[in-house]
Amino acid sequence: MINIIWFAMLITGIITAIIKGNMEMITKATIEGAEQAVTVALGLTGIIAFWSGMMEIAKEAGLMNFLARLMSPIAKRLFPEIPSNHPAMGAILLSFSANLLGLGNACTPLGIKAMEELQKLNQQQETASNSMCTYVAITASSLTLIPSTVIAFRAANGSVNPTEIIGTTIFATTISTLAAILVDKVLRNFYY
Amino acid sequence: MVTFINLLSQWAIPIFLIVIPTIGLSKKIPVYECFVQGAKEGFNTVVRIIPYLVAMFIAIRVFQQSGAMESLISLINPLTSIFHIPKEVLPLALIRPLSGTGALGILGDLLATHGSDSFIGRLASTMQGSTETTFYVLTVYFGAVGVKNVKHSLLACLASDLAGLFASVYIVWRIFS
Repeated sequence: MINIIWFAMLITGIITAIIKGNMEMITKATIEGAEQAVTVALGLTGIIAFWSGMMEIAKEAGLMNFLARLMSPIAKRLFPEIPSNHPAMGAILLSFSANLLGLGNACTPLGIKAMEELQKLNQQQETASNSMCTYVAITASSLTLIPSTVIAFRAANGSVNPTEIIGTTIFATTISTLAAILVDKVLRNFYY
Repeated sequence: MVTFINLLSQWAIPIFLIVIPTIGLSKKIPVYECFVQGAKEGFNTVVRIIPYLVAMFIAIRVFQQSGAMESLISLINPLTSIFHIPKEVLPLALIRPLSGTGALGILGDLLATHGSDSFIGRLASTMQGSTETTFYVLTVYFGAVGVKNVKHSLLACLASDLAGLFASVYIVWRIFS
C-alpha cells in the first residue's frame, strides 16, 4: 500500500512535469526534499535526546509501570496484546497526554519512545504489530483539546472570536479518532 | 476550561522536569548517568529515521510542486461538491496529511483571503486542528523502529483523515449556519 502511494506520487508528479514542460522542477524538488529530511531529523536530535534521557530515569524509577497500571482499564481494550504493567503502556499514555496538551515538540520523542517499547513485544521486527498499528492510527488521527496554533492564526487574521472553533475541532477530531480505531479493528483481520 | 487546559500545557514540562528526577533520586537512581545513557539513544533514533524521511519528503515535494496535486484537486472537485465540501478547502484537505508547515501556509492564506470568521475560515480552522500530518507520523514512528511493512495502519490513518474532513464540514455547517 505505502509502496503504491509512494510510487504514484512520484510518477504522477513526473508525468505532470513532462506535460507542463518544467522538468527542472523535479530536480529541484528532489534535492530540496532530501535536504528537508535531514534538516527536520537533525532539528529533532536535541529534543529527542532530552526526552529519551528523561524517559530512561522514569523507567528506572518504575514510573512507566505505574502509569501503565493507571491506563490498564482502557488499554486492555485498545491494546489487548500488551501485557498490563508493561512500560509500553506507560509510554503510550505519556505520548497521548503530550498530544492532548498540545506539547508540540514533546509529541514525536515520546511517540518514538512508545514505538520502541512496542517493538520489544513485536514478533517480526520489520513488520508492524497490531498494537503498533492501533497506536499509530490513533496518534495520526490527532488528539487535540486546544488547537493553539490555529487559534493564534485566527487571532492574527482579525477573528472576532478566535476560540470559537474549539468545540467544532474537538467534535471532528473525536470522529476521526473513532474512525481510526474502528477501521484498524476491522482491517486487522485481513492483514497478517 | 480553556484557561485551565492552557495553564496545564504551560506547566506540564516544568512539572515533568521536577517530578521525574525527584522520584528517581528518592529511589537511589544515579539520575545524571541514567539521563545521559538514555539521551545517547536519541542520536541513533534520528539517524534511523533519516532514510524514511528522505523517501517521503522527495515524493511529497515532487507531487506538490509539479502541479500534480492541483490536477488531482480539479479531478475530485465534482465528487466532493456532492458532499458540500467547498473547493477552496480541497488543497488544505489534501496537504494536511502530507505536510504540517504546508497546511499551515494554506490555512493562513485561506484566513487572509476569506476572513477568519467566514464559513471557509471556520471550516479550514476546524480541519487543521482535527487531523494530523499522517504521513509524517507514519514515516517517523515506524522508521524509528525500523518497521518496513506498515500493514493496515496506512488505510486506517487515511480513513480517519477522511472521517475528520466529513465531520468538520458537518459540524461547522451545523453550528455556524
